Amino acid sequence: MTVAVTLRVEEKLYQNRYLVDSGRPHIKVRPHARPSANLLGLTRVCPAQCYELNDQGQVEITADGCMECGTCRVLCEASGEIEWNYPRGGFGILFKFG
Amino acid sequence: MDMIAEKFDAIVIGAGMSGNAAAYTMASHGLKVLQFERGEYPGSKNVQGAIMYANMLEKIIPDFRDDAPLERHLVEQRLWVMDDTSHTGMHYRSEDFNEAKPNRYTIIRAQFDKWFSRKVRAAGATVLCETTVTELVRDAKDKVVGVRTDRAGGAIFADVVILAEGVSGLLGTRAGLREMPKPQSVALAVKEMHFLPEDVIEQRFGLKGGEGCVIEAVGTISRGMAGLGFLYTNKESISLGIGCLVSDFGATMQSPYALLDALKDHPSIRPLIAGSEVKEYAAHLIPEGGYKAIPQLFGDGWVVVGDAAQLNNAVHREGSNLAMTSGRIAAEAIVQVKRRNGPMTKQNLVLYKTMLNKSFVVKDLKKYKDMPALLHTNSRNFFTTYPQLMSQAAQNFMRVDGTPKIEKEKATAAAMIKARSRWGLVSDAVRLALAWR
Repeated sequence: MTVAVTLRVEEKLYQNRYLVDSGRPHIKVRPHARPSANLLGLTRVCPAQCYELNDQGQVEITADGCMECGTCRVLCEASGEIEWNYPRGGFGILFKFG
Repeated sequence: MDMIAEKFDAIVIGAGMSGNAAAYTMASHGLKVLQFERGEYPGSKNVQGAIMYANMLEKIIPDFRDDAPLERHLVEQRLWVMDDTSHTGMHYRSEDFNEAKPNRYTIIRAQFDKWFSRKVRAAGATVLCETTVTELVRDAKDKVVGVRTDRAGGAIFADVVILAEGVSGLLGTRAGLREMPKPQSVALAVKEMHFLPEDVIEQRFGLKGGEGCVIEAVGTISRGMAGLGFLYTNKESISLGIGCLVSDFGATMQSPYALLDALKDHPSIRPLIAGSEVKEYAAHLIPEGGYKAIPQLFGDGWVVVGDAAQLNNAVHREGSNLAMTSGRIAAEAIVQVKRRNGPMTKQNLVLYKTMLNKSFVVKDLKKYKDMPALLHTNSRNFFTTYPQLMSQAAQNFMRVDGTPKIEKEKATAAAMIKARSRWGLVSDAVRLALAWR
């Protein structure tokens, strides 16, 4: 298919309403030397593109745009690579329509 | 807060479809109910397509049509098989769906859940929003006796806890009540809300007076993954999205938003949403494991309902009605146990499972118990190869170019055999028929 696809998700997330719990991210990535296939996959699969590869080849997370879908939890919590908690009550994504 | 010192008959965790159905039903029967919702308001964490099935809500709130925020009642369903440039469709539209009490409606969850929650409060339940339940409290015999939250204060106690915490279900999985959903048992769906004037939507889909239309599509839009695209007409907006199995996303490393953007740009979809204003982008998991993924549903002092119990019919794309029904049935079972002054033990709460087994919820899921595995292991054939073959066959049939018809038919048959082999075609058909049976 010849489709010009935007790989930037920021424009989409910009439409959403969030109450960010500053300094208390609800997802953490465990320090690692090399990411597993699943963890590396999150840089593409996370629907909010919260996961990014840094210059050292490690996966980092910025959870501000997280929609709390749980995909990363399903893929990477069992292996201990990420720690996933709900944001504190009232914080995080606040869907206007859902 | 004073009330925290009180003991409740029941605590409900979550204010989605199943939680609201459970809280409403128990409160209506006079039980003292406390419900927690971690979002700012009920619905703020919830995502659905969304189609709401009237029959299951009528069993809870018979006169819901008087004031529920309903978008459109559905008169037309389009099932599409898509390749990159076409769709082959089966459409069903009937005037019979324009009835006094329509069967299916599109809804917008944030609005619907607020309405449902008002009913829950009016029935007498206490609803606490902006409160995340962090832990289940158990007694010395391991019975669940209450919860802890992220609010100040200690544990809050109840005879029974209803886990209506949604598909990801952190509490129950952390407490070891059930396993976390496996990547092949959940789909990740992304969707956007496209706003258009009411009359534009009605013109584009041939609708009038609150009628609605739904498109659901499989094909190359999911790029070989097991997945489904959907378009639902609301009053002044269109919900457009696509969902695929998380295991397939993990294996192929596709970006869900790229899939969504490609769907928006498909020549069959683009004109339907042209000129729209996008006001929200959402993502959520959908339980897809079916019957075989249903976990332990009850224990000492607890039951689990809705998406958290993986109650979703992937074949018929039904979820919220199973959620509502499981919430209602769990509540009715609890009310029965309460009335005979029974303790909320595993032994007594088995009643919920017994009642649920007799309902359409478990019967339907049992019917399709082999379907998730079939579609998962054959996703490329069912979601790419066959849609492409179907499009080629249709185009071969439609296009008039002087080729004798007998040659066209032979070419179509040859293309199918080449793609899947005679044995492959027969075996796919047999396996599909067996899974459907």
